[in-house]
Amino acid sequence: MKEVLLKVENAKAYYKLEKVSVKAVDGVSFEILEDEVVGIVGESGCGKTTLSNLIFMNILKPLTLVEGKMLLRVNGNFEEISSMSRGEVKKRFWGTQITIIPQSAMNALMPTIRMAKYVEHLAQSQQMDPRDLLEKVSIRFEEVGLDPRWIKRFPFELSGGMRQRAVIAIATILNPKLLIADEPTSALDVVNQKVFLKTLMKLKQMKVVRSIVFITHDIATVRQIADRMIVMYAGKIVEFSEMEKILEKPFHPYTRGLFSSVLTPEPEIRKRGISVIPGAPPNLINPPSGCRFHPRCPYVMEVCKAEEPPLKEVEEGRRVACFLYSEERL
Amino acid sequence: MKNLVVENLTKIFSLGFFSRRHVEAVKNVSFTVEKGEIVSLVGESGSGKTTTAKMILRLLPPSSGKILFEGKDVWKDLKDQESIKSFRRKVHAVFQDPFASYNPFYPVERSLWQAVNLLEKKPTNKKEALELIEDSLTKVGIDPKDILGKYPHQISGGQKQRIMIARCWILKPLLIVADEPTSMIDASCRGGIIQLLEELREVQQTSIIFITHDLGLAYYVSDTIFVMKDGQIVERGHPDKVVLEPTHEYSKLLVESIPKLYRKLEDL
Repeated sequence: MKEVLLKVENAKAYYKLEKVSVKAVDGVSFEILEDEVVGIVGESGCGKTTLSNLIFMNILKPLTLVEGKMLLRVNGNFEEISSMSRGEVKKRFWGTQITIIPQSAMNALMPTIRMAKYVEHLAQSQQMDPRDLLEKVSIRFEEVGLDPRWIKRFPFELSGGMRQRAVIAIATILNPKLLIADEPTSALDVVNQKVFLKTLMKLKQMKVVRSIVFITHDIATVRQIADRMIVMYAGKIVEFSEMEKILEKPFHPYTRGLFSSVLTPEPEIRKRGISVIPGAPPNLINPPSGCRFHPRCPYVMEVCKAEEPPLKEVEEGRRVACFLYSEERL
Repeated sequence: MKNLVVENLTKIFSLGFFSRRHVEAVKNVSFTVEKGEIVSLVGESGSGKTTTAKMILRLLPPSSGKILFEGKDVWKDLKDQESIKSFRRKVHAVFQDPFASYNPFYPVERSLWQAVNLLEKKPTNKKEALELIEDSLTKVGIDPKDILGKYPHQISGGQKQRIMIARCWILKPLLIVADEPTSMIDASCRGGIIQLLEELREVQQTSIIFITHDLGLAYYVSDTIFVMKDGQIVERGHPDKVVLEPTHEYSKLLVESIPKLYRKLEDL
């Protein structure tokens, strides 16, 4: 059995505005094991990015953690990062235990600051010798397929795909255990996407990072590297399952709809056809009662409108939040 | 029956004021579109897909070559206002960005009224015209009450794209040129747009040219795929042939790199 690296228990995070609060993440529980890749998928506005911010305690107003716990295993002990302040987590764990490639990593670097400067800043904050760290970065640059000379250059001199790899090299320089990648491939063309996925997997094989959380709306991409997949809908996890099993037979009606809207150049897709989920995702200020998918669900029952389905294990390694798979149906 | 014939189409852009440089955006492109056929032009950004589309739509004059629509050269044989108007009636465009297709100062149905005014057999009174518009909106799955009188910022991107297709139901064109019609909308709405265009083909025998960089979409919808690279068509044929047995180096690379749902990429 693999060790648990990160545990999230019933996390609720709302964007508290003046009069209303947007329930972007609402009662989410999961765990990330050591040495695995977890993919988080969902439509835009379902709370994926908020969840990633939650995992590494990047909570800035108006986002507020309302309830729940996040536990990170550091040197064999669980540290409750949700009870610490953002500053403390930043000082103690960012870069060394946990790191992120943000949504638009290509634009994460200031175009007019040399990349070496970022490394120097990092050395300063970790009280390390900048020269040592620069040397490490040169090696890491080579590992991700960049010429080490590029460190001295300005980011605007690099292409999009190269910049992305530079970000990943700098972000992983202190060998963090957990890497969060938020939509890293959506701005790249398919050829560069593949190069990027290869780089990620290489870093994992070299044990630079132990586990990866890969957030995306592109199921076909995440399918290439993930061991397990979380499907989110309107701030909740609707299905959490091993990759091969969920592809073979998705349980939740939303997952099914999502999968059958994927178009990839494969003969199966032409045979299967394309289907549409009617309606639009709900407003998270006033989400629907009961199961949040019920207004769009083709299998809606009375119980779905009143009660919220819990995320339950229905098969080994497969959890789904739907009354179709629980006793309430009978 | 051939609806559109494109022969040796070339477009050269000249750049610079003193030292002129020439860029060949489209080189010697030839293809035909049958009645009721869906073809896709696939290629990366800068491969000349949109330039080709613009020339077919009579928005950009070609440097050389011919575009025959219903046997007439769209650039040489359409001389008077009336024949151009009839060409506009028969060839319709659905553009990439539904947000830029509407004038923000007017209600969205203005573009539908414009379509009605373009009709050969104009409805006799306003009530009839309104019925026509409401019909077409219902066909594309929009309740007319939801959008009539609204301004572009009040409706969603998916709805905007659907209204563009509602225009196609009013005009009943013979050829639709759809330039990345699904790139700006969510994956779950995308299926709906594609189904609408397919239905239009079924009912009215419309030919459709899809312009896209998404080989998955092209593979699913089209009868014929043309892969473009640097202004040239490098691979053409039935989707199964292009995707499953590509011959050109570029299309091989393209097909290999696209992540698949049911199989893993080999060398990760």
